[in-house]
Amino acid sequence: MSKFKKKKKGLPAISTASLPDIVFMLLFFFMVSTTMRETDLLIKKPVLPQATEVKKLEMKSLVSTIYVGKSKDARIGGDKIQVNDKIIDVNDVPSFIFSERALRKEEEVKFMTTSIKADREANVGTILDIKEQLRDINALKVSFSTTKGADLKSNYKK
Amino acid sequence: MARRENSEINAGSMADIAFLLLIFFLVTTTMDVDSGIARKLPEKSDVPVEDVVVKQKNVLDITVNRNNQILIEGTDFVEVTDIRRIAMDFIDNGGGESAAKPDGTPGKPCDYCNGTKDPASSDHPTKAVISLQSDRGTTYGMYVSIQNEIEAAYNELRNKLALVKYKRSYNDLLSDYNDNATESLKEKIDFLKDSYPQIISEPEPIK
Repeated sequence: MSKFKKKKKGLPAISTASLPDIVFMLLFFFMVSTTMRETDLLIKKPVLPQATEVKKLEMKSLVSTIYVGKSKDARIGGDKIQVNDKIIDVNDVPSFIFSERALRKEEEVKFMTTSIKADREANVGTILDIKEQLRDINALKVSFSTTKGADLKSNYKK
Repeated sequence: MARRENSEINAGSMADIAFLLLIFFLVTTTMDVDSGIARKLPEKSDVPVEDVVVKQKNVLDITVNRNNQILIEGTDFVEVTDIRRIAMDFIDNGGGESAAKPDGTPGKPCDYCNGTKDPASSDHPTKAVISLQSDRGTTYGMYVSIQNEIEAAYNELRNKLALVKYKRSYNDLLSDYNDNATESLKEKIDFLKDSYPQIISEPEPIK
């Protein structure tokens, strides 16, 4: 039968017509999934506490984030506060919020939210100090950043 | 059998596959969403505010010390997980009447509460205040857990009322509202919020 007599034919050239599609696909994928500028953390990455009643933060452009956590250097105790690539003092929180406000339109200011990403081991005192500073300058919308999960026991140790 | 010489691989469908994948990833990737417990801080006014007198029975005192131990009403040690039930019993008690409105309408007893109507506990959900006193040394995780449980208590009560009144839970109403913001939905949500308003007071921390 001719089927078996068939000689090996020369390999057809692999079509590269679809290469642009693949490249575009990757491009779109990375465009969508990357966040533009992740702040470099100068403190130890905060382990967020878990909570069940979480709300998603709408309008990401109106969120200013304050990080609270331990220093990377284990010898330095206490909680450190970081905003925008620098470690600041509690008293500098208002000026950070003011600079954030200056970047937004006037009418958007009242929708601005402050997200506090604090380590679950941080002290409430530090958080309450920040809250007090925020109250002073009328930045009243606050969100305590948490991850969704029901394991409340992991949030603290006795 | 016809012999196919040098037949090229058909690449026409490649683009379709690529788009399929692209759409799949577009739909499934979530950008690192920031979520958390939303809180509104009390406003600060320059004019000294007159102290509001609140009856002791209308306040649920939650105190947490630097060892993360929780004390309720100054007498009972409890676990975080108990707070939800205690708060719900307290808010939903409905032992008395709501506050009289500014226009002079007298207060009404709570007609949607399912509580025990204990005269020693809160009068009305609109009068019930939860006070959370923490220590400066309390762990933040503990603080968030308590806030979470208080929030959960309110949400559960609103859910219950919503199921009775609108045959749909409060959470569902909220997600409906996110999809399609209509006036009637907003009215329902506002009604539920007014029925069980979150009144949380956080006094100065213990030094």
